[in-house]
Amino acid sequence: MVTVVDIFIKSIFTENLIFAYFLGMCSYLAVSKTVKTATGLGIAVLFVLLITVPVNYLLHKYVLAPGALEHIKPEWATVDLSFLSFILFIAVIAAIVQLVEMIIEKYSPALYNNLGIFLPLIAVNCAILGASLFMQERDYSSISHVFAYALGSGLGWLLAIVSIAAIREKLSYSNIPAPMRGLGISFIITGLMGIAFMSFMGIAL
Amino acid sequence: MNKRTFLDPLFRSSPVPVLALGICSALAVTVKLEPALVMALAVTLVTGFSELLLSLIRNTIPNRIRIIVQLMVVATLVILVDQVLKAFAWEISKQLSVFVGLIITNCIIMGRIEAFALNNKPLPAFMDGIANGLGYGIVLVVVAVVRELLGSGTLMGYRIVPEHWYVSQGGFYENNGLFILPPMALILVGLLVWIYNAKQAKSVW
Repeated sequence: MVTVVDIFIKSIFTENLIFAYFLGMCSYLAVSKTVKTATGLGIAVLFVLLITVPVNYLLHKYVLAPGALEHIKPEWATVDLSFLSFILFIAVIAAIVQLVEMIIEKYSPALYNNLGIFLPLIAVNCAILGASLFMQERDYSSISHVFAYALGSGLGWLLAIVSIAAIREKLSYSNIPAPMRGLGISFIITGLMGIAFMSFMGIAL
Repeated sequence: MNKRTFLDPLFRSSPVPVLALGICSALAVTVKLEPALVMALAVTLVTGFSELLLSLIRNTIPNRIRIIVQLMVVATLVILVDQVLKAFAWEISKQLSVFVGLIITNCIIMGRIEAFALNNKPLPAFMDGIANGLGYGIVLVVVAVVRELLGSGTLMGYRIVPEHWYVSQGGFYENNGLFILPPMALILVGLLVWIYNAKQAKSVW
């Protein structure tokens, strides 16, 4: 239980996907002009992470990891398919995003109108693939850890994009040097927010 | 094919500062120059060859499933790069960790395929890919040089700042630890954007 909480807190604050690993920066910068759209994208990312990371974990554990195929045939104990993980993870992500989009469109048109435009973007969002790859690299031991990790990373991403959107809304009233406007200042603010988030590094759980 | 196709992406419309593409996966590898160079090379090769391949099959891909075809081609190339790195440069492959895999979702690659490779002949598409990869590599290398020089006092692992300058050796100099931390990469890119925009005297954003 303690490690679940530990992973959850860590993935929100000290190992935040944006501030520590720069994952999902493209959509983070492009869709953070207003708080409303930023919240929409953030929730969509959280939603997709919660589904894809556990699915990829199962795929990794029962198909791709070295020796994972032993349960089918004992002779396959030495088979290591982990080199296929990139292509399978991205295929799973693209397929699930498509599926989620169709399901939401059918059963919740209101949610679809809010999230729909962001969902196709998410298939190529680095944060989604990145979370799956980190999950594989860190070798989490159980599915509950993976869920905690996915939830924490998604919330961390949501937190980051909503806060930069709020700052950028206020920024439209400030007098920034012209060449710095827009992209330049967003980078620098993200850097400063990253420094602020680093202060959580001292937390020992 | 003319010279502009090749030279523009290197400076005038450099992918990172001007178009804000592809920041995602790669700033985390700019703490040291060596992994940054390897990353730049990997991205250049993947961009070039994926544009070449997709341009060759551009008339046979059904429009509806083109994204997934693109992802598969790119993922296959990235797996090749990853396997080569693991075989011949294990140390660097460890340092780059998940970021090799994240080349798949690098927005530059998808962006250039959509915008250029699907409407152009194979050779110009290949050149466009190489040029965009190099334009991206230049930014990575600039950021990495600044971070390694100021953060560790070395370049490519060779000592640039003399040992006897350091306070611990009775000198006056101290490394700036901030440059090792992730947020500094963002701030440096922000400053680069500023320089780019100021030089061109117009802001694209």
